[in-house]
Amino acid sequence: MTQPAPPPRTLPAIDPDNRAYWTRGRDGVLAIFKCHSCHAYVHPPVPFCPACDTVAVSPQAVSGRGTVVTFTVNHKQWVPGLPVPYVLALVALEEAPEVRLVANITHCDPAEVTFGMAVEVWFEPAEDLWIPQFRPARSAA
Amino acid sequence: MTRHAEKDTAITGIGMSDVSRGASKSALALTVDAALEAIADAGLTRAEIDGIATWPGERVDGSGFSPVGCASLQDALRLKVNWYAGGREAPGQYGAVFNAIGAIAAGLCRNVLIFRSMYEATARKTAFANSLLRPGERQAGPFAWYAPYYTYAAALQQALFFNLYVHNSGIRPEQVAQIPINQRRNAALNPKAVYRTPITLDDYLASPLIATPLRLYDCDVPCDGAVAIIVSRIDVARTLRNPPVRIEAIGSSMQYRNSWTQLDALDTQAQPKVAEMLWSRTDLKPVDVDIAQLYDGFTYHTLNWLENFGFCDRYGAKDFIEGGRRIALEGDLPVNTGGGALSAGRLHAYGAVHEACTQLWGRGGARQVQGSPQVCATSTAGGPLAGAMLLVRD
Ligand SMILES: [Zn+2]
Repeated sequence: MTQPAPPPRTLPAIDPDNRAYWTRGRDGVLAIFKCHSCHAYVHPPVPFCPACDTVAVSPQAVSGRGTVVTFTVNHKQWVPGLPVPYVLALVALEEAPEVRLVANITHCDPAEVTFGMAVEVWFEPAEDLWIPQFRPARSAA
Repeated sequence: MTRHAEKDTAITGIGMSDVSRGASKSALALTVDAALEAIADAGLTRAEIDGIATWPGERVDGSGFSPVGCASLQDALRLKVNWYAGGREAPGQYGAVFNAIGAIAAGLCRNVLIFRSMYEATARKTAFANSLLRPGERQAGPFAWYAPYYTYAAALQQALFFNLYVHNSGIRPEQVAQIPINQRRNAALNPKAVYRTPITLDDYLASPLIATPLRLYDCDVPCDGAVAIIVSRIDVARTLRNPPVRIEAIGSSMQYRNSWTQLDALDTQAQPKVAEMLWSRTDLKPVDVDIAQLYDGFTYHTLNWLENFGFCDRYGAKDFIEGGRRIALEGDLPVNTGGGALSAGRLHAYGAVHEACTQLWGRGGARQVQGSPQVCATSTAGGPLAGAMLLVRD
């Protein structure tokens, strides 16, 4: 008996603010909004820095390294073909730990994911988008 | 000192439809049942209802999450109102009550019918109604950040927060289990509860893992049912048939990042400053609270509220509920005395208000808390949503 194909991912609707986040993966770049004056990161992306009261904020490349703030291992098969278990996580960026990105933690056994685990970004192509995902950092001990 | 407007309002009547895992009546018919019962319980007539409110307002998406809005119920009952409101962006489910307090204070109305309808049991028999994701549709708005990652249900977002809480507090599954075990024990004494067969620690530990650390018995039970309450101006309330259940204080604030990803403190959710606001509006203290009807969309919410209301210290809930005696009907702080959403059915925080009044009016029957409870703490919601009320029998 053949397994049904994994369900397609539900993709975000693109607007001028989130376009860089969901498309710059084409060039291997994770882009996060950054203030031109105080260099604070602003996420979710909006062209306004609340610290400086300025709209001079734009997407900038970051390292793509981060740590797992929290995670869950999903066991329930919500729809047919959904490959379980899988990990849903919030990842804090190395440059800006206050910025938390949602991702699946891939390329490892779900049982190996831990709090504070070092992870790095990769990009999963989907239609015209490049979805940021995270996997264990290759440099990690 | 500022006079807080909620103190000039009171709950004067309550109503609840049949609650089931599959109704023979429509959602609107269930809502009519609850509304008529509440109006009669208050000793009012339909003509005396001059305001109507609900949360989150009518949704026609087939999910059963909110199948009846103000317009449908108002028209069904032919109410003539001076004010009405139903909308999602509010401090959780109690947003409808907080709006009604404002409307009464503004002189717009005197007796507000507030209701919450659920039809999720039926919805789930016909479709995968729980899904936050719509196949083939691109997701806009804040949930878009979760959408591509197989985040099919709110349970996954809450599991993220719950797991961090478990990590930080060191709570063990057998301690968490005291919440659903206690509530099922209470539900056995509640004729309207959906599930009434007691569960054991072994049952809890054997229940399927949904998303770590959430098990099935950590999750509330989708049901078909409706609750209605009447909130009246205090001077009107004192002329009606029930002793007024005064709204002594509310917590409605949002002082955090209003975001399911950037929320400042993930493992406490938005509750601490909401509780802080509530306590700033009353001379009562946590020690004065006789019973608590705490949000239990997931067990974790109840643990959070025990701590954030100040009934125990941060990460002290595991010790507070150990063995289950303190939160039992005969304990120091009886919690979710009718079985809560985990056992009585997911009436989404309005079951909790109904149970609060039931207890404060001494109508609890076999589950009535002894000693004539006078003060009840009640709360809603998780993530960046949170609302709380302190209810006091006049
Ligand atoms: Zn700045």
